[in-house]
Amino acid sequence: MAAKAAAKTGAKPKGNAEDYLRMYRQMVRIRAFEDQANQLYLSAKMPGLTHMYSGQEAVAVGICEALTDDDKITSTHRGHGHCVAKGAEFKAMFCELLGKAEGYCRGKGGSMHIADQSHGNLGANAIVGGSMGIATGAALSAKLRGTDEVTVCFFGDGATAQGLWYEVMNMAALWKLPVIYACENNGYSEYTKTAEIAAGSLTARAEAFGIEAHKVDGQDVLAVNELTQKLVARARKGEGPFFIELATYRYHGHHVGDINREYYRAKDEETEWKSTRDPILNFGKWLTEQGVASEDDLAAIGAEVKADAEAAVAYAEAAAYPPENEVDMHVYVDSPELNAALRGQPAA
Amino acid sequence: MREITLSKAVNEAIAEEMRRDPNVFLIGEDVAEAGTPFKVLAGLVDEFGTERVIDTPISEPGFVGMAVGAALTGSRPIVDLMFGDFIFLVMDQLCNQAAKACYMSGGKLNVPMVLRTNLGATRRSAAQHSQSLHALVAHIPGLKVAMPSSAYEAKGLMKTAIRDNNPVVIFEDKLMYQDKAPVPEEEFLITFGKANIKREGTDITLIATSSMVQVAEKAADLLAKDGISAEVIDPRTIVPLDEETILNSVRKTSRAIVIDEGHQSYGITGEIASRITEKAFYHLDAPVLRMGAMDVPVPFSPALEDLTVPTPEGVADRARAAVRGELFHAA
Ligand SMILES: Cc1ncc(C[n+]2csc(CCOP(=O)(O)OP(=O)(O)O)c2C)c(N)n1
Ligand SMILES: [Mg+2]
Repeated sequence: MAAKAAAKTGAKPKGNAEDYLRMYRQMVRIRAFEDQANQLYLSAKMPGLTHMYSGQEAVAVGICEALTDDDKITSTHRGHGHCVAKGAEFKAMFCELLGKAEGYCRGKGGSMHIADQSHGNLGANAIVGGSMGIATGAALSAKLRGTDEVTVCFFGDGATAQGLWYEVMNMAALWKLPVIYACENNGYSEYTKTAEIAAGSLTARAEAFGIEAHKVDGQDVLAVNELTQKLVARARKGEGPFFIELATYRYHGHHVGDINREYYRAKDEETEWKSTRDPILNFGKWLTEQGVASEDDLAAIGAEVKADAEAAVAYAEAAAYPPENEVDMHVYVDSPELNAALRGQPAA
Repeated sequence: MREITLSKAVNEAIAEEMRRDPNVFLIGEDVAEAGTPFKVLAGLVDEFGTERVIDTPISEPGFVGMAVGAALTGSRPIVDLMFGDFIFLVMDQLCNQAAKACYMSGGKLNVPMVLRTNLGATRRSAAQHSQSLHALVAHIPGLKVAMPSSAYEAKGLMKTAIRDNNPVVIFEDKLMYQDKAPVPEEEFLITFGKANIKREGTDITLIATSSMVQVAEKAADLLAKDGISAEVIDPRTIVPLDEETILNSVRKTSRAIVIDEGHQSYGITGEIASRITEKAFYHLDAPVLRMGAMDVPVPFSPALEDLTVPTPEGVADRARAAVRGELFHAA
């Protein structure tokens, strides 16, 4: 249970009520976003497919609440949660999911490539493991630029099979880069159990490079947040990199169309996680027990967020598609300083 | 003749070859119980077991490299690469290792493996799950490249690929898995490097690959209404390429458009067009035209994505211009 686990790991009410309620609200926002996205898919209003983050909210929120807007994250194919947790707003997100011009990527990226530069989200990624180099490079750049920015690299248990991770962990460890590798172990890599695709221990893999590794209950937002706060502070001082394995669970299928999934995952297992380890229910319960909020307060947050999400969906549905002339825009960006320099060249 | 889906055709081809040759095995992500996300390989694990239908972790360079090693030592692996876009992850194993082993060893080593993957946009899958990257591997000597345009080709080309002693990359169009076509019950193979004349015509030759064969056929229907007779040629394999059938057709029609879903620049269309201009120049009455995918990453938005690929109307427009002599360019 969230409350007990939190107590055990020593995550005492250190912040204030405001922090707790913001974390709660952010988790509720992710769940509401996904519920709407799933509806959009089921009613055939969303182009393509999408991967739901529901069930894993405490991971994204616990971690991102320990970061500032200057800190960077890299995200995955299951990236809506990271995007919301890092500060994105619903309207531009739903517009992106529907391929509309007002989306975060002007409709060019869609669910699997959503990025929100303004809050330090370098983007979702449709290549499993594809962001491990990017995150580590962002950390290298933070160091070279003399900032104290930290980068969190989110990825799934399945992604730990990509060789790239081992290449960049080696360099990150050699050069003490401010990067935190956050592995969301939700027990499955597509339609396969993690045990069938991962030999040995994940934490031991990081430790082999001399990287400090932690395991945490990914359903316990306070435990995740407390650990991340500590690691971020240390990473800022040059004590990184770090690895965190977060035990979590995805509530839906691998993607929204993966509905008949009993052949690889038992219904009972899903019910068990949803009823006893739900990050929102458990944190809500803890908040009421601690007297931080009443059940009515929490219900009001839920209602408000739901209304927000519905309004954003309606907005996105009515929004315009990008004009046709945008199709070959943004393949390259202009280089004004270079152009100015070239004008002074004899061969210009 | 019975009609089956392209998906079923691939499944049958692999099952038949696995029954025939115990050295053939399948390897890739979620190929066994799940039968791939497209369900193309569904049921194979029930017949052949997990020893010969092997699920891997998400380690593409690893299992492609292992396939090369297995092929060098007596096995005949079929690698399933879930999306054609992931070919970028395995380029070293495919292009530096598999493609060159035979040549570098003076013919002493060979790599009888098949890499089956896919291509095709307009599935709203965005820039990293929609690319048509066959030109990249077609550029590398030592690899053969097959591009089935229907269930019939998908079956025959797959069976031939499995029996070929060289590395073969097969690109299936992921939007065509549910498309049905007549496929004989009896066993058949399709020779690599022999094009199929899908439709005879006299005014213009439309050379099209994979999904673009359908586009070319529809364009030919549109053109027929205007009294223009288009010949449609499906090369079936781009390496080896049946130059002779293409050149003979162009010598007859004196005009050609090459249509392919890869990016237009530096792609298959340019290669075939230049072979035509090199070898049938004096038979031409119009410039040879290329129609490929727009030179942009595939956009997610449906409003943009549909603009990036050749359409029957677009092909017919260009064909009309070619036939009517409207392609003159200023001197
Ligand atoms: C390089 C690459 N290989 C395969 C895939 C197909 N694919 C997408 S998600 C996925 C499973 C990823 O599992 P995990 O990393 O555990 O993330 P989860 O889906 O559980 O969040 C696979 C195999 C891909 N997108 N990219
Ligand atoms: Mg997983």
